[in-house]
Amino acid sequence: MYHVVKKRLLATGIALLEVNAPAVAAKVEPGQFVIVRLDELSERIPLTVMDFDREKGTITIVIQDVGYSSAIITGMNEGDEFQDFVGPLGVASEIENYGTVVCIGGGLGIAPVHPIARALKEAGNHVISVLGSRSADLLILEDEMRAASSEVVIATNDGSQGVKGFVTDGLAEVLAQGHQVKAIWAIGPMIMMKAVVDYTRSLGIKTIVSMNPIMVDGTGMCGACRISVGNETKFACVDGPEFDGHLVDFDLAMKRLAFYKDEENRAKARLECNHEGGHH
Amino acid sequence: MTEKVESTKKVKIPRHDMPCQEPQVRAHNFEEVALGYAQETAVEEAKRCLQCKNPKCVTGCPVSVMIPEFIKKIAEGDFQEAGNVLKVKNSLPAVCGRVCPQEAQCESKCILGIKGESVAIGRLERFAADFGMQSGKSEVVKPQSSGKRVAIIGAGPAGLACAGDLAKAGHAVTVFEALHVAGGVLMYGIPQFRLPKEIVQTEIDNLKQMGVEILTNQVVGKITSVDELMENGYDAVFIGTGAGLPYFMDIPGENLNGVYSANEFLTRTNLMKGYKFPEYATPVKVGKNVAVLGAGNVAMDSARTALRLGAENVYIIYRRSRDEMPARKEELEHAEEEGIQFRLLTNPVAIEGDERGWVKSLTCLRYELGEPDASGRRAPVAIKGSEFEIPMDTVVVAIGQGPNPLVTTSTPGLELNKRGNIVADPETLVTSKPGVFAGGDIVTGAATVILAMGAGKKAAAGIDEYLKGK
Repeated sequence: MYHVVKKRLLATGIALLEVNAPAVAAKVEPGQFVIVRLDELSERIPLTVMDFDREKGTITIVIQDVGYSSAIITGMNEGDEFQDFVGPLGVASEIENYGTVVCIGGGLGIAPVHPIARALKEAGNHVISVLGSRSADLLILEDEMRAASSEVVIATNDGSQGVKGFVTDGLAEVLAQGHQVKAIWAIGPMIMMKAVVDYTRSLGIKTIVSMNPIMVDGTGMCGACRISVGNETKFACVDGPEFDGHLVDFDLAMKRLAFYKDEENRAKARLECNHEGGHH
Repeated sequence: MTEKVESTKKVKIPRHDMPCQEPQVRAHNFEEVALGYAQETAVEEAKRCLQCKNPKCVTGCPVSVMIPEFIKKIAEGDFQEAGNVLKVKNSLPAVCGRVCPQEAQCESKCILGIKGESVAIGRLERFAADFGMQSGKSEVVKPQSSGKRVAIIGAGPAGLACAGDLAKAGHAVTVFEALHVAGGVLMYGIPQFRLPKEIVQTEIDNLKQMGVEILTNQVVGKITSVDELMENGYDAVFIGTGAGLPYFMDIPGENLNGVYSANEFLTRTNLMKGYKFPEYATPVKVGKNVAVLGAGNVAMDSARTALRLGAENVYIIYRRSRDEMPARKEELEHAEEEGIQFRLLTNPVAIEGDERGWVKSLTCLRYELGEPDASGRRAPVAIKGSEFEIPMDTVVVAIGQGPNPLVTTSTPGLELNKRGNIVADPETLVTSKPGVFAGGDIVTGAATVILAMGAGKKAAAGIDEYLKGK
C-alpha cells in the first residue's frame, strides 16, 4: 500500500522517495513528520516530510544512508513498499505573516525546511533561505528551495559554493544586509541548530528548531524522545518537534542521541557483512 | 445431604499446581513461564467445582463468564465445547486466562475458598481457550447485519472486547489503531513470557473472522478525528485509547541515558522484539545493574524482562512495604523466584550520571512505616540522613501511566476530569458527546486488562441500545 512512487538520488547516499500514502497526505502540514517501518524486522524510524501532494496522495521524504535502517531505505526503488507508514505526527509549524523570516536548512535539514519556507512565503512573508552543506556536491534541493523562497543564500564548509563557512556565516550575511528578521526556522544536525540559537540568542530573534531525537511510537506513549525545554521535560513527538530554540538544552539532546551508537554500529556492520556475500 | 458430603470431600482435594518452567531456566529465556494444565489435570481440577446453583464466582467476573458451565464441560472431557461456552461472554479468553487477577475476582468468591482452596478458574479458562485455539475449530457465527457502523479508537482490551460484542450484534465495526499491530498493551506491554504474542494475534484474527475490520497506523487526533468519523458515516464511536502517557518521578537525572519509562522499555522489548536484536533492528539495553521504580504488575514485568535481557542484578525499589505492593501475588512470587531483589521502604531521590550523560548510580532514602494515610495504608516516612547510593546502569520508571491526550484534545465537546480522563456514564459509558462512548483506562485511569474488557462490553451494550433508538 505504501509504495515508492518516485525515487531520485539527490547526492551520494541521499535519496528522495515519494511514497503513496493518501490519508497522510490529506492531513499533513509543514513541520509534521511520519514514522516508517520497512518490514517485520525493522525499527520504527521518524522522518521529516519534504513535500506532500494532496491530489496525488503522496508524501515525499528524504533520507541519508547513515545507519542500518537508513541504508536499507536509501536503497529502496520505485514500486518497493513500506510495511507501515504512520502520520502525520507532531504539531504543525505556526505559519503566519511575520514579515521577513529566515529559513535555515543544514545538510539533510533542508528537506523539512522546504514545506515550511513555502508555506511562509504563501502566507505573505519575505522568505530568505540559508542552505548549508559540507560541499557543493552534497547540497540538496537547491532548485526546490529557490522556488519556495524569496531569496536564497548558500554556505558550504569548503567554500565550493556560496559563502565559505557555516549556516551561521550565511545568516550573518543576511543580517548584515539590514533585513528586519522577525523569526528564524533552523533545521539540521543538533550541533548546527545549537550554533544558530547561540548566535541568535544575543540578537533577540525568535528562533524555532525542529528536534530529531530517538523515538519509538511517536504518539507520546514511550517518552524516549524527551528533551529539556526551559528546564521542563517535553516529548518531542507530541509537544514538538518544533520548539523555541533558545530554551532547548542541546547538550542533553546530543548526549541522548548517542545512546544506541554501539548497537547502531553493530547492526550496520552486520548489514555490510551480508552485502559482501555472507562469509559467516 | 449428599451435596454437603460431596463438598466436604471436594474441599479436601488440593488445588492443582500450574506447571512452570524452572526459575533458573526461565530467568534467561522469553518462553512462557506457565506451561498450562495437561488434559488429565484440567479434568481433575474441573471436578473440584461444586457447580453451585447460585454461582458466586460469576459475580466476581467483570465480563460475567459462564464459569460453572465451562468448567462442567471440562470435567466431562468436552474441551471444545468448554471453549465455546467461554467465548459467549469473553472475546479474549486465552488472554484473560493468563493475565486476569483471578485471585481478586472470580476465585475470591469461590465457595471452596472459604475452608480450603478455590477452584483454579483462571488456569481452567486458559486450558479451555488454548484447546479451542489449537484445535483451530473456533466457531464463527455471522449475525444478520444491522446496517449500522461503529468506529472504535484503540485496539487494546477495551476496544477489542467492544468490537467483539458489537460484531456479534450485527454492527459493522472498524477499529482504528495507532501502532502497527492491534492488541494495545497486550502486544506492547505484557511480556512474551507471560502472554505470548502469538496467542494475542490468534484472538485478534478470530475477531477479524467475525467481520471486525482493524486499521493499523491510524493515529486518531492526527489522521482523522472523532468528529470526522461521525461525519463520514459512523453511527457511534467508542474511545478506548488506554493509559498511554508514562509518568516520571520528577527527580534529578531522569533524562540521563539509561533511564526508560516502563512503556518504552517494554515496547522496545515486546512490540519491537528488542530481545532478538540484531535480528530485529530495535535495540534495548540493560547493562549489569537495573533498578525498577514501582511495585505494580508493570514494574514486575519490567524487572523480569531486564533479567531475561541479561542483567545481573535487578532491583525493585518501592517506598512502602511488601503488604502494600500493588502487583499480583503470583507476579511477585515469580519475580522473587527468578532472583529479582526487593528494596522495600526505599525511595529513589536522584539518579547520578557520568560525564557522557549515562546513568551511573541511584541515590535512595530509607523509609519506615508511620500512621495510616488517606488510602488507609500506613504512610512511608523518610528516615533522615539515610541516603545511600547503589551503582546502576539502567533505571526503569514504572510508577504508572496517565491518559494520552491525542484523541481527547482533538474532540471538542468531550468532558474530561481534572486528570484528563474522559467522563462517561457508569452504566452506558456514553460521554458528554452524543453518540460517543468511552471505556477502559482512558476513563478509569490505569487498571487491568479485564476491567477494560468489562468496560468495552458494557459500552457495546450501551452502543447497541443507542443504535436501536436511532
